[in-house]
Amino acid sequence: MISGKTDIVTEDNTRNSDRSVETQLIVESLAVERGGRRVISELSFKVAAGEALLLTGPNGAGKTTLLKAIAGFVPPNTGRVVLTGADGDHPLAERTHYIGHTNGVRSTLTVEENAQFWAQYLGGSDAAVASALERFGLGGLATIPAGYLSAGQKRRLALARLLLADRPLWLLDEPSSSLDAAATEVLAGVLDEHVAAGGLVVAATHLPLGLARSRELRLGFAARAA
Amino acid sequence: MTSIWALIKRDLLLAARDGGATGTALGFYLIVIALMPLGLGPDMQLLSRIAPGVLWIGLLLAALLSLGRMFDTDQDEGVLEALATGPLPLELVAAAKALAHWISSCVPLAILAPVLGLLLNLDLAAYPILVGTVLVGSPAISFLGCVGAALTLRSRRGGLLIALLVLPLYIPTLIFGISAISAVVTPPGSLEASLLLLSAVTIASLVIGPIAAAAALRAQLG
Repeated sequence: MISGKTDIVTEDNTRNSDRSVETQLIVESLAVERGGRRVISELSFKVAAGEALLLTGPNGAGKTTLLKAIAGFVPPNTGRVVLTGADGDHPLAERTHYIGHTNGVRSTLTVEENAQFWAQYLGGSDAAVASALERFGLGGLATIPAGYLSAGQKRRLALARLLLADRPLWLLDEPSSSLDAAATEVLAGVLDEHVAAGGLVVAATHLPLGLARSRELRLGFAARAA
Repeated sequence: MTSIWALIKRDLLLAARDGGATGTALGFYLIVIALMPLGLGPDMQLLSRIAPGVLWIGLLLAALLSLGRMFDTDQDEGVLEALATGPLPLELVAAAKALAHWISSCVPLAILAPVLGLLLNLDLAAYPILVGTVLVGSPAISFLGCVGAALTLRSRRGGLLIALLVLPLYIPTLIFGISAISAVVTPPGSLEASLLLLSAVTIASLVIGPIAAAAALRAQLG
């Protein structure tokens, strides 16, 4: 999965001409420093449409940093991240769902108000709100202030954002944390559907997500030193 | 457009729900102004003379109180990252939040200001111009304030730090706001010139504030 820089570039040259429209995430010789410490160095990989990539590795291996670098929150020291595709002129962040450690849920708004805000803000439709909440088992909790939800329910509300607006690339940081078995299954179903529909998923995880089809990128201290 | 509207609506709803933002500002303003006559003694002429300045300074301080909330809860709960993946550039996110702050904090303060003017024996002729200058000048409070709020995101209890960063930036607004009122209360003086300069400060802050705040937010996202 981690390939050398030259390797990637040659592959790129042959592909770019005929497959430029297909959505593809290209990470090229990426290096990122955090707090003066090089967390990711010379990392290159690709994720094609219809692929799910699981980032694994020990704590501190740079999984979150990599996700943030892909989303553009952390500027890379070297290298680049490109998301090709039909609407390639839009910034990458606008074609991405990013769900980090925190849920992006405001506790004084009700479950439905939280979801409605994200639907409107991210350019989705209000019609998607009810079905997204239903899908993650929050239908009966719609009018409850989100502050009263349990950690797992808040996580489900955060994940419901994925269904509120249509975005090709999903960046998920420990998506299944604090989810129970049933909710993890729902998440796996949602991810499988997204991938089957030609979407891209990059998820950092310690737990198996139970996806039908996925690749694994193991980040580690050895890979970093190389 | 839907996105901006959704964001403003949400921030106003949160200001009302979280409670305190508007109420604290109004209560603080009331108490500070009510303390003035107690501290300075019952010299009506002195109070009347310093009323414009005291009302403006009290308003600046009261509006500062809720600035810290503009981004920090959103940062804590990871909302900011998701906002950054939206269709709005962070400049417009900051502008929408500053506008919501203006509506939820500065406008209520502008409405309260003439009532508090009574406590300070403010000249009757000055009331409309007081509200006018506050409404024209106070967007600068929110839009310059959002820079301070964005810069102090990572510092716990950044409230005082915001005041240190932002209060100096309010000096032009304060000067022209007071000079506009003085022009009416104690002529000579040009009301028009002061109002135009006050508007200029506000317009400049509408442009500069969100751009600077967005730069600060980007630095804090990673």
